[in-house]
Amino acid sequence: MNSYFNSTLFRKTLAGASGLFLVVFLIGHLVGNLQLFIPGDAGQKQFNEYALFMTTNPAVKLLSIITYTCIILHILTTIILVRQSSKARDVQYLHKSGNANSTWASKNMAILGTLVLVFIVIHLRSFWYEMHFGAIGLDSWGNKDLHTVTVTAFKELWYVLFYVCSMGVLGVHLKHGVESVFQTLGVKTRRYFSLIHNTAFGFALIIPTAFACIPIYIYVTQL
Amino acid sequence: MDTLKLELKIWRQDSPKDKGEFKTYKVDGLNTHMSFLEMLDVLNEQLIESDSEPVAFDHDCREGICGMCSMVINGRPHGPLKGTTTCQLHMRHFNDGDTITIEPWRANSFPVIKDLVVDRSSFDRIIQAGGYISVNTGSAPDGNAMPIGKEVAEEAFDAAACIGCGACVAACKNASASLFVAAKVSQLALLPQGQAERDDRVVNMVSKMDQEGFGHCTNTGACEAECPKEISVEYIRKLNWEYHRSNIKG
Repeated sequence: MNSYFNSTLFRKTLAGASGLFLVVFLIGHLVGNLQLFIPGDAGQKQFNEYALFMTTNPAVKLLSIITYTCIILHILTTIILVRQSSKARDVQYLHKSGNANSTWASKNMAILGTLVLVFIVIHLRSFWYEMHFGAIGLDSWGNKDLHTVTVTAFKELWYVLFYVCSMGVLGVHLKHGVESVFQTLGVKTRRYFSLIHNTAFGFALIIPTAFACIPIYIYVTQL
Repeated sequence: MDTLKLELKIWRQDSPKDKGEFKTYKVDGLNTHMSFLEMLDVLNEQLIESDSEPVAFDHDCREGICGMCSMVINGRPHGPLKGTTTCQLHMRHFNDGDTITIEPWRANSFPVIKDLVVDRSSFDRIIQAGGYISVNTGSAPDGNAMPIGKEVAEEAFDAAACIGCGACVAACKNASASLFVAAKVSQLALLPQGQAERDDRVVNMVSKMDQEGFGHCTNTGACEAECPKEISVEYIRKLNWEYHRSNIKG
């Protein structure tokens, strides 16, 4: 069993499984964010009440701890594996095969993941930090007004573009990642191949697109 | 008859400890029906005639079944043709005036012995770790005494088509040996003869693969695309399943 935990295959499984949990988190996060489409005071009230619930509910707190743990686990196991594999070939090929035998995304998951991490840090600074530690005002119902913070942030075109581009990067990362984890777990059998392949493609397309629509919608409605 | 004039950029390395470098050669009047290895034979005759050291490269059967030929041609293990070993690659797939870069398999677990020849004994050590079955020696068993379904037999046979050439390692960005190990583990795990050592086999072979310094699998699929026997990454899926299953069972 000890050799199991030290094997590259187990570490890869850990990286994949933690990534899979983060996909589940993304779905939940998206459902919550869709409330930003509700217009007017009703939307502001509902979103701020939701933000309060998400920062105070003990079950959500537990889930957030699991989420942060998965982010750290996903990053650490990947770094360990990348470092290990970088030692497997000291002399590189003079003539590179390019994308002749594999997709660009599959070969650049570390770069894509790093860009997603940069996005997460900026995203947390903009909203999570403001909600917890910022001098954030109260709405008419006495709740912290995260809705106004969000709407104000998405008045800036460069910030909206940064969000949309980051979602594009996330989509490419998810396309390979979601499909790859089922292969690593050993369940992407011929029987389920199409189902997993199409579901991964669907997730990679729908989740980032839906996320990207929110800042675009907020920006356009404020023009 | 069409003939080719080519410029060859070939990796030359005298010994495992030598630094090595690319050298450029020109060959003319090549028959387009020649195999890639025959083209190298022509170059070597040219080099011998001019009192130069010929290019060392591995080859044996020249029929595409032994797995000895091993070179990366213009960035592709065994060259640009799908499902083909270097010895079965013919010069008609190249154009007159082309420059072809020829490199050895690049992986620390496959150290260069000389020029394009690499030491693939790390594969042998992985096989020694578990790629065998226990059988009673003696007379051959009756062919029909051990019924195996056609689909299972074919799946095992497809895995057994692996010739252990190492193109999967050469193609992988992580120099992973997963496809090779997957083919060997799957072939035996599918058949009744392989059941006795099934659990130990996968654990020991994966452990040996890690010890030999091969990288991890990131599911790019490059190995399947470059495998001359077109072994599917489905076997890597099977390897992963077998590995988790054996370890969880204990």
